[in-house]
Amino acid sequence: MKIVRRAPSHVRLKVAALTAACAVVAVGCGSSGSGGGSGGSATLGIVELNLSNPFFSTLEKGTEAAAKAKGWKVMKAEARTPGDSATQVTAIENMIANKVKAIVVTPANATALNGVLKQARDKGILVLTVNAALDPTDAADATYATDNVAAGRLIGRWAKASSPADPHVALLDFDLSDQPSADRHKGFLDGYGITLTSPLVAGSALTQGTEDTGQSQMENLLSAHSDINVVYTINEPTAHGAYTAIKNKGLAAKTVLVSVDGACSGVEDVKNGVIGATAMQFPDKMGSMAVAAAAAYVKDGTKPKPGVIDSGTVLITDHPVPGVASQTSAWGLSHCWGPR
Amino acid sequence: MGPEPLLGTAVTTTRDADVAALEKGVGPRRDVRALAAHQTAGPLAALVVAVIVFALSTSTFFNSENLALIAQQSVVVGTLALGQTLIILTSGIDLANGAILVLGSVVIGKTAVHNDPVLAALIGLAVCVVVGSVNGVLVSLLKLPPFIVTLGVMSVVAAASRLYTSSQSYPIDSDFLTFLNRGPTAGGVTITYGVMLWVVLTAVLGYVLSQTSWGVRVYAVGDNHKAAELAGIKVKRILLSVYVVAAIVYFFAAWQALGRTPTADPSGYTNANLDSITAVVIGGTSLFGGRGGVVGTFIGALIVTVLQNGLTQAGIDSLYQQVATGVLVVIAVGVDHLVRRRQTR
Repeated sequence: MKIVRRAPSHVRLKVAALTAACAVVAVGCGSSGSGGGSGGSATLGIVELNLSNPFFSTLEKGTEAAAKAKGWKVMKAEARTPGDSATQVTAIENMIANKVKAIVVTPANATALNGVLKQARDKGILVLTVNAALDPTDAADATYATDNVAAGRLIGRWAKASSPADPHVALLDFDLSDQPSADRHKGFLDGYGITLTSPLVAGSALTQGTEDTGQSQMENLLSAHSDINVVYTINEPTAHGAYTAIKNKGLAAKTVLVSVDGACSGVEDVKNGVIGATAMQFPDKMGSMAVAAAAAYVKDGTKPKPGVIDSGTVLITDHPVPGVASQTSAWGLSHCWGPR
Repeated sequence: MGPEPLLGTAVTTTRDADVAALEKGVGPRRDVRALAAHQTAGPLAALVVAVIVFALSTSTFFNSENLALIAQQSVVVGTLALGQTLIILTSGIDLANGAILVLGSVVIGKTAVHNDPVLAALIGLAVCVVVGSVNGVLVSLLKLPPFIVTLGVMSVVAAASRLYTSSQSYPIDSDFLTFLNRGPTAGGVTITYGVMLWVVLTAVLGYVLSQTSWGVRVYAVGDNHKAAELAGIKVKRILLSVYVVAAIVYFFAAWQALGRTPTADPSGYTNANLDSITAVVIGGTSLFGGRGGVVGTFIGALIVTVLQNGLTQAGIDSLYQQVATGVLVVIAVGVDHLVRRRQTR
C-alpha cells in the first residue's frame, strides 16, 4: 500500500509560497540566462569579492563593460566579506543552473570553490579566475592576475636602492593566508634580499589593510623600534595610516615607505611624497583579458592557454633608481583605478 | 504589594524620593557604587597583570611615551564602548555603533569639503542622533529585539556611508575637526584632548549612571523590564533616551576617529562594533544587563589596546592578540555567569 504523507497545512502553504517564489526567480533569471548558442548572445557570470573595496568594484565594472560591449548579458554576485567563499559557491551554483557560457570569478579562497567550479566545467562552462589563482591552478581554465610576487619584488628592489645606510625594516601585512598578501610579502623580502628572520627586520605586524589599523600597528612598532626607517605595507590605505604614525614621530623625512596597488588615492600619495613607491595593478585589464578569452570560447570553443597570465605591474615613483624600471606619478595618475 | 526590590533595595517610584535617597547616600546609590567597585576590581587586576608582564618582557613597553600612546590608541573604540555600555546595561546590544561612527565621520568629512567645519560637525552629530533615535524607537516603542534592529540598521547605515561617498575617503585638514589628536606635551609625552575627552565622558557617564535617578532607572530597566515597569519606571522613555545618548557618544567617537586618522574613510573601523562589545564585556558589564558600568569599560578598552601594543612590541604574532582577547572575553562572561548564579541561589 502506498502511504501518502501530507504535511500540515501551514507547511504546505510555505512550500507553495516557496515554489511560487522560485518560479518567479527562475523566470527572471531565465530571461537573462537565455541565449547562448555559438556566437550569439551569451551570458557571462561575474563573481566578485566584496565590492566595498574599490579594487574589486573596478574589476567588476571592467569585466561587465567588456562583456556588454560584446552584446552579452551578465549575471553578477559578490562575497560579502573577504574570505566569504560560501556566498560565492551559491552564486556559482545559480549561474550553472542558468546556463551561463563562462564564469569570471575572483576567488575568496584558493580551494573552497574547486568543487563547484568542477561542476561548471563538466557542464561545458569556461571558468576564468581574476586577481587570484586557485590551488591547483588548473582548477580554472585560466587565471588573469597581477603577479604579486613580482609586484613585491619591484618595491623591494626600489626600497633596497633607496634605503638609508643603516636600514631597519618593518612589514605591515594583511592576513598571510590570503594568497596575494603572502605573495607580496615574499616578493618584497626577495627584492630587498632578506628573509623574515634577518637582523635587518625590526618587526612585523598584521593589519586589516585599512588606514586605522595601519596607523595603530606602525605606532606599536615604532614604540619598540624607533630606528625603523624602511616600511613595507600591504596596500596604500595601510601605507597612508603608517605615514601618519611616522609623521607624528617626526620621522617622515628619514623613512622609506613602499606599497602595492596603484589606486588613484595611492598614486596621489606617491605624488605628495607620502609613499616612496608603489607597484600598480591593472584590474580593468584583468577583466578585459578574461572577457577576450570567453569571447574566443563562445565563438568556436577555443580555450585559453591554461595557467596564470600576468596582467602586468608597473612601479610608480618620482624617485627612480638605476636598474628598476618605473613610471612617474603623473603617468600613474592617468592609469590608476578607483575614486580620485 | 509594593514595588519589586531592584538592585537589592526598594526603588521608590517618585523622582523626589529617589533623589532624596541618593542624596543621603543610601539605597540605589550605595548599591550601584558597591556593585561598580566590585565589578571593576577584576578588569583592573587583569590590566595591571598585563602591564607588568609586558613591562618585564620588553624593554620598550613601560615608558611614559608608550603608555600615552596606548591611551591615544584606545580612544576611538573606548569612546564607542561607552555608548555601547549604556545599551548593554539595558540588556540590549548595539551592532550598528561602528557603522554609525563611520557614517558620522564620512558625513563630517564630505560636508567639511565645502562648508564650515563646525557646521559639518553639527550635521554629523544630527545624523548620529537620527540613526540612534531610529534604533531607540524600534527597540522601545515597537519592542523589537535590539540584536535584530541594530543588525539591520548596521547594514543600512554601512551601505549609506558607501553610497554617500562612492566608497571614496576624504582627507581632513581642518584644525577644528582634528584638534582631539593634539594636546599639551611634556617631556615628549602628549596627552591629547581626545584622551581627556574620553576620561571626561567616562567620568560624566559614570556619575550620571550612579548618582542620578536616570542612571538608577537605566540599571533597573536592564535588571528586569517587567519589574521596572511595575515600579513605575517609564521603560520606553528610558530605553529611547539611552539609544539617543549612546548616539551622541558615538558622535564623539567619530570625532575622535577624525583626529586619530585624519581621513573620513567609509571602509575603516570595520570591526569597531565587535571591538566595543569586547571592551564592555572585558570591563565586567553583564551582557544580560543591569550590572557593570563605564569605568569597567574604560579599563576593558585599555586592556585590549595593551594586549595589541605589548604583543606587537614583543614580536609575537598578531594572531595571538586575538587569542588573548578572546580568552579574556570568555573569562569575563564566565565570571559574570558565576556571580549571577550565586546571587540567584
